[in-house]
Amino acid sequence: MYKIVANKELAPKIKLFEVEAPQIAEKAKPGQFIIIVINEKGERIPITIAGYNAKKRTITFAFNEVGKTTKQLGLLKEGDYIWNITGPLGNPSEIKNFGKVLCVGGGVMIAPMLLQVKALIEAGNIVTTVIGARIKDLLFFEEEVKALSHSFYVATDDGSKGYKGLDFLKEILKNEKFDRCVAMGPVVMMKNVSEFTKQFGIPTVVTLMPIMVDGMGMCGVCRVSVGGKMKFGCVDGPEFDGHQVDFDELIKRQRMFLPEERLSSLLWELQGGCKCGGK
Amino acid sequence: MAESKPKPKIKKEAVPIPKQKPEVRRRNFNEVALGYTEEQAREEANRCLQCPKPQCIQGCPVEIEIPAFIKLLREGKFEEAIAKIKEKNSLPAICGRVCPQEEQCQKFCVVGKVGEPVSIGRLERYLADWERAKGIKVPEKAPSTGRKVAVIGAGPAGLTVAADLAKLGHKVVIFEALHLPGGVLVYGIPEFRLPKSIVQAEVDYIKKLGVDLKLGYLIGRTFTIPELLKERGFDAVFIGSGAGLPQFMSLPGENLGGIYSANEFLIRVNLMKAYSFPEYDTPIRIGKHVAVIGGGNVAMDSARSALRLGAEEVCIVYRRSREELPARKEEIENAEEEGIICKFLAAPTRFIGDEKGWVKQMECICMELGAPDESGRRRPVPVKGSEFVMDTDTVIIAIGRTPNPIIQRTTDGLAVTRWGTIVADENGKTSIESVYAGGDIVTGEATVISAMGAGKKAARAIHEFLMNKK
Repeated sequence: MYKIVANKELAPKIKLFEVEAPQIAEKAKPGQFIIIVINEKGERIPITIAGYNAKKRTITFAFNEVGKTTKQLGLLKEGDYIWNITGPLGNPSEIKNFGKVLCVGGGVMIAPMLLQVKALIEAGNIVTTVIGARIKDLLFFEEEVKALSHSFYVATDDGSKGYKGLDFLKEILKNEKFDRCVAMGPVVMMKNVSEFTKQFGIPTVVTLMPIMVDGMGMCGVCRVSVGGKMKFGCVDGPEFDGHQVDFDELIKRQRMFLPEERLSSLLWELQGGCKCGGK
Repeated sequence: MAESKPKPKIKKEAVPIPKQKPEVRRRNFNEVALGYTEEQAREEANRCLQCPKPQCIQGCPVEIEIPAFIKLLREGKFEEAIAKIKEKNSLPAICGRVCPQEEQCQKFCVVGKVGEPVSIGRLERYLADWERAKGIKVPEKAPSTGRKVAVIGAGPAGLTVAADLAKLGHKVVIFEALHLPGGVLVYGIPEFRLPKSIVQAEVDYIKKLGVDLKLGYLIGRTFTIPELLKERGFDAVFIGSGAGLPQFMSLPGENLGGIYSANEFLIRVNLMKAYSFPEYDTPIRIGKHVAVIGGGNVAMDSARSALRLGAEEVCIVYRRSREELPARKEEIENAEEEGIICKFLAAPTRFIGDEKGWVKQMECICMELGAPDESGRRRPVPVKGSEFVMDTDTVIIAIGRTPNPIIQRTTDGLAVTRWGTIVADENGKTSIESVYAGGDIVTGEATVISAMGAGKKAARAIHEFLMNKK
């Protein structure tokens, strides 16, 4: 059982939890993830680690309340417990002095991106950070990221804040030479960023969170095609060369259980699980 | 054996075990075999010749004194009979169900030379179930030795090592990577062959021995073996991490939706209880026409699970012939009784998907058997131009598992074979002093009981090592 010690709403339906998990807090590194099981009947879901504090014996992570499990998770309060957390899983990010790094974080993944930016700056990099969301209300950590980064941009899909879409990146890439790009966010965003950086020959690392069950190499549901070879997101990743990933296949594989996920969420709401009576 | 005098009128046929009818059980996840009644158990026990030089024991990887427990059973001394088994085997309810007895103890049974061998496994199961129903007694433990052992993996090997060492007075902590204990007993073997409540009861017994169980600890990530030994105060480590990585075939279309590794399929169904979706959160999607690739016990388990999940038709596609099927005969019979179809001498060549990226067809090629390969079995050779296409919307790939590499990668100095298994001697000793290993991580994919046998030997060796230390 893992105790929630802090619970913060970052944006509508996006929450940041701080949880006591000493054995994970001691070992976690940027880029790694955990697997959460919320209760005895729960599924195993992977979430990227957004922070850790060995002294406080805690880890932090952010999630989007989209399915039954994350909605249930969102109802938990400080002092409540999560049934099981396994981690840290996956390979840590490669952190060293690359030179100039472009970081692009989207949606809920802005949270682990902040950890990434911190680590890259500590390693001596000059970091340009872009954070993005669908609409301006879903943006968070703007001040934190801005304060850390050498340059900072905001983008939204609808243009309600900052640039509209990510096309402006092409201009930035034309004007400035980067040594590396790190993209964390929705698959479509990572796909687009990778396409842009490929044109400019900038090595690009993307963080993939395909569907997982065990998260430690046993089931193979997280398989992705990278450079035409089968890789497992959990043990070979979660970070891969964005120029080699077959994003279209990944998008299809992420939707494999969409009808079941919707059913599960809907039934739970109808049964009053969300305390809203199905409204 | 000529000098032994068999009792008169030994029946050639074993007492059959009552089972759920095939037409009923093919649609439920309840246990197939129902177990002997007391009367049936005593009747079957009476078939044992009580050989003065018993042959059966040599077939048992954990050396249970089989004639002795059978004698106690037929005398009605059930308490003593189960205690006799438990001297050697801490998990009798499991072994009575999933051991391939026909390849082990029963293969050597003298009665088997004239008729069906004594059903040793069913008798073991009877006694274990009898004990569980009345409440399991925890045996006396030796006084504490002050030594501490870390066991990696709560599967058959790890649970055996833990139980044996705990009884000898050592402090044991099991680190299990999944959120439930049991290893392959909970994620691999289906409920209808091994009810999970039985695994839980056996695990509870081991906990009552004072064993500490840490769930969700992936050794190699959460802690490494050097950390366990140097920083966390363990005097010895046993690695029983199993053969957990699925093999794929590198065929076009293998990443289409609806194509599962047997591991994924069975983990969803068994560990995550997807057959009770949406009460349980993990989904599984089963189409109408399921194809299972492979011919081992895992293939049978997958096929029979698919049927129970509502598939209209389940077809096992195996590249050799019926004679070479590696699955247990009993399980093949059970599967065919339930209506599983076997397509022999065929192997897939590619998978064809629909516009949504879901598998809809599988192209196969016919095989013929050529000269024997290194395994001694005749090698399947593709027949040129014999490709055919079968409609299928769910494919389960059950062609084997390889060792999980994470411990090998994070433990300096641990010798590994070219297949990725850990090098260990017959007592489980690895290339690192104080580190032992056993089960599938050493042998490659094998049986529950052979893992337990390896665990037993390793426990003895670890005990000796700990008692001689300093």
